[in-house]
Amino acid sequence: MPIQDAMERVGNFDEVTYGYSVEDTLRECERCLYCPEPACIASCPVAIDIPGFIEKISAKDYRGAYDVISETNLLPAICGRVCPQEDQCEGVCPVGDPLKPVAIGRLERWVGDLAIAENWVNVPYIEPNGFKIGIVGSGPAGIACAAEMAKAGCDVTIYEALHLPGGVLRYGIPDFRLPNSVVDQEIENLKKLGVKIECNVLIGRLFTIQQMVDEFGYDAIFIGTGAGYPKFMGIEGESLNGVVSANELLTRCNLMHAGEFPAYDTPLHLGKRVAIIGAGNTAMDAMRVALRQGAEKVYCVYRRTKAESPARAEEIDHAEEEGVDFQWLTAPVEILDDGDGNVRAMRCIRMELGEPDDSGRRRPVPIEDSDYEFETDMVVYAIGTNANPIIGQTSKIKLNEWGYVEVDDNLATSMAGVYAGGDIVTGAATVILAMGLGRRAAHNMKAYLGIRDTNIVYAGHPTETDETLFGIAANERNFHRVRLAKDITSSTEEEIHA
Amino acid sequence: MDIPRPNQVGTGEPGFEVVARQDFSDTTFLLEIEHPLMANAARPGQFVIVIPDEHGERIPLTIADFDRDQGTVTLVIQAVGKTSKEMQRVCQTGSALFSVTGPMGVPSHITDAKKVICVGGGLGVAPVFPQARAHKENGAYVIGIVGFRSKDLVFWDDKFEKYCDEFIVCTDDGSRGIKGLVTKGIEAAAEKHADIDELIAIGPPIMMKACAETTRTLGIKTMVSLNPIMVDGTGMCGGCRVKVGGSIKFACVDGPDFDGHAVDFDDLMNRLQRFKEDEKVALERWTESCRRLDQSPLEPLPPDKASPRAGA
Ligand SMILES: Cc1cc2nc3c(=O)[nH]c(=O)nc-3n(C[C@H](O)[C@H](O)[C@H](O)COP(=O)(O)OP(=O)(O)OC[C@H]3O[C@@H](n4cnc5c(N)ncnc54)[C@H](O)[C@@H]3O)c2cc1C
Ligand SMILES: Cc1cc2nc3c(=O)[nH]c(=O)nc-3n(C[C@H](O)[C@H](O)[C@H](O)COP(=O)(O)OP(=O)(O)OC[C@H]3O[C@@H](n4cnc5c(N)ncnc54)[C@H](O)[C@@H]3O)c2cc1C
Ligand code: SF4
Ligand code: SF4
Ligand code: FES
Repeated sequence: MPIQDAMERVGNFDEVTYGYSVEDTLRECERCLYCPEPACIASCPVAIDIPGFIEKISAKDYRGAYDVISETNLLPAICGRVCPQEDQCEGVCPVGDPLKPVAIGRLERWVGDLAIAENWVNVPYIEPNGFKIGIVGSGPAGIACAAEMAKAGCDVTIYEALHLPGGVLRYGIPDFRLPNSVVDQEIENLKKLGVKIECNVLIGRLFTIQQMVDEFGYDAIFIGTGAGYPKFMGIEGESLNGVVSANELLTRCNLMHAGEFPAYDTPLHLGKRVAIIGAGNTAMDAMRVALRQGAEKVYCVYRRTKAESPARAEEIDHAEEEGVDFQWLTAPVEILDDGDGNVRAMRCIRMELGEPDDSGRRRPVPIEDSDYEFETDMVVYAIGTNANPIIGQTSKIKLNEWGYVEVDDNLATSMAGVYAGGDIVTGAATVILAMGLGRRAAHNMKAYLGIRDTNIVYAGHPTETDETLFGIAANERNFHRVRLAKDITSSTEEEIHA
Repeated sequence: MDIPRPNQVGTGEPGFEVVARQDFSDTTFLLEIEHPLMANAARPGQFVIVIPDEHGERIPLTIADFDRDQGTVTLVIQAVGKTSKEMQRVCQTGSALFSVTGPMGVPSHITDAKKVICVGGGLGVAPVFPQARAHKENGAYVIGIVGFRSKDLVFWDDKFEKYCDEFIVCTDDGSRGIKGLVTKGIEAAAEKHADIDELIAIGPPIMMKACAETTRTLGIKTMVSLNPIMVDGTGMCGGCRVKVGGSIKFACVDGPDFDGHAVDFDDLMNRLQRFKEDEKVALERWTESCRRLDQSPLEPLPPDKASPRAGA
């Protein structure tokens, strides 16, 4: 895979990995064994027919490949870039032993990029069914749910609290990994399905979920508000100036263009020597943004080792190449003051791995008397998030003991007709998992509303030879709904659920 | 019922319209923004996040008043830095703001207190007003205390007089009412009334701190509204974290109201200095560009810079 030179790329926000060329793509496709029981499909959270789309590419039917992918994944250009493939589809591909697995993510990205370039969208024949669906949050979970419901014929509106849609795809993941233009394109496609997106709407505060049901006539609602609420550790010195969460650093840069200050008004005030605590995707993004904004030295402080780091393997490698100084097996103890309320240095302690804990990972334990100090003028926390409290504060929806929205097996919340998915249910997870849950919630919302649903969402363009019924291609028939009168649906709600 | 659609960014519709403006002094001005849904939802103590134009930053401003019939919310703004000064210059009646989101924050808890003091210092006078009104409507005896540098800066005294049983003005130079800080007013009120249940103070951190110190000795429950630097206002960035009773709270979703006796004001004041240097750069750069614009008669001011469709 061609990538930008490490020394050059730390000076820009252009994408690090260039896409495959057609030749690379076709060559890579030849490596697929077309396994009779493909492990890759089972390991993809949305079960893309991977050998199916690879076969189409090999046959040079690129549009066909896109149709196969977009049956289950609305955002191939995004997932191909940000999925942790080594833990999902590629991790189980038998070609990977002893060689490298088929580069499924790269192939998917290639198809997704081509679709954007060629302006392909699969807008199915949609028959409006009169149901109104409200989606709270425009992250991947909300996007996936909205698309499914719109394809089924519902009138869908997404409400987003920020001034631009996309959730973490917009404010979190930086341009060199996922260009905003890709996010924009995918959101345009969503609008083509008839989905309306209303930004600047903080649900719970501008109006509540209860009001959406009672006053605005929403038949079903999906909550995909993400995790939010960054964690801090509670060590000494945390409120000094220069200590920020990775979310703040990334939001200032990605959403508010702080890198272009003063042409844009949002300041960043980046330090010269930046220490980032944590080693997940968020931490890697924060480090690499700091480098690109001109930090002279960037440290990663993580209490476990590289092997336990939850980030995508590729991102850690890229961060290492770009010159991040990784301090594995190290935990912060205290952040030190310069006497003026700013960060001067950080005191850390070395760790060693002990017995495995509940998560099966070996628990890091501090090595006595190993603490040391190093100079830094900015400390960035990337140690995860807690649940955002707004929905809990403003509705009676049941939360679990950690404050996340509680759902049953169907992703239904404690409020009738209200479903939830994504990080607000699972805690911080991945883009594709959030999308998977968004789709699953949509599937159950359709069942709740009595809309007929099959798993075949869309199977390409109808051709002349396709069988049609009343002028509608057979493969699109699942867009019909079962015509239940609406008031019947609601009055027999309890019976349906009984 | 169909949802009245708020004006939206990105849909090709204009932003949020300024329907009225009033200038209280050469630094303080009031904007009324059309937003029926927000006027309906707003409660005392809540705030909005405003982005004036596409290149702008997100700044929090308290909802100083709301009119459900007219469908408007009122903001009172003090021009202190680049963004607020630019708003003072360009936000005229008929112009539009790029983004206005809210109401944000937990509404103030209007208690059943029988006797309440509402203190506003400088700009805090505006945000404390809806609380004074709410308490009055709740049947409480309301004592309003406001503090300004001098009598020329006093505003909304008529509004306070309408809803307060007693109204005390304090000025630094003694040009109106009591000469001295609002704490003098509090002491005077406390002397007269031994049965004050609650005090609400909004204003600069240094003033809220002084109020809290005064009431601590008097043993009066005190609520303050904190104003740390914010970004999203939705609990996602943690930039607005404050220390209250030894633990970390996010002012935008856990507040902005907190128990004044538990707040670490020194921490808040230090954190407000975070971007001191950058703010200075931004302000100087902007002032310079205004000076140039004002000097060249041929080049008119950008007509409607606050409109989302103007600019790059
Ligand atoms: C910096 C960073 C890098 C990451 N990198 C990767 C990666 O490489 N690969 C990967 O798979 N995953 C990655 N992740 C994780 C992944 O982005 C998340 O798991 C995923 O975005 C969750 O999607 P979501 O739809 O649940 O929520 P989000 O993407 O968080 O979106 C929620 C949206 O809801 C809005 N919202 C919240 N509350 C309200 C409300 N009350 N009213 C209206 N709107 C509201 C928010 O503003 C936000 O836009 C990363 C996360 C971060 C933070
Ligand atoms: C909940 C809340 C309610 C507020 N209500 C009002 C109000 O009703 N009227 C009003 O005039 N002001 C209010 N403020 C303060 C207002 O947000 C700042 O004055 C404004 O952001 C200054 O921006 P500037 O570019 O003009 O000045 P700058 O030069 O950027 O800053 C001047 C000072 O304002 C503070 N400040 C800067 N940026 C922010 C920010 N994003 N958030 C908070 N403070 C900041 C800093 O301490 C700085 O020293 C409120 C703040 C908060 C948090
Ligand atoms: S969506 Fe993610 S897991 Fe599924 S095939 Fe694509 S890259 Fe692999
Ligand atoms: S597991 Fe690997 S080889 Fe098998 S079908 Fe999937 S991509 Fe091809
Ligand atoms: S402003 Fe970002 S969390 Fe409060």
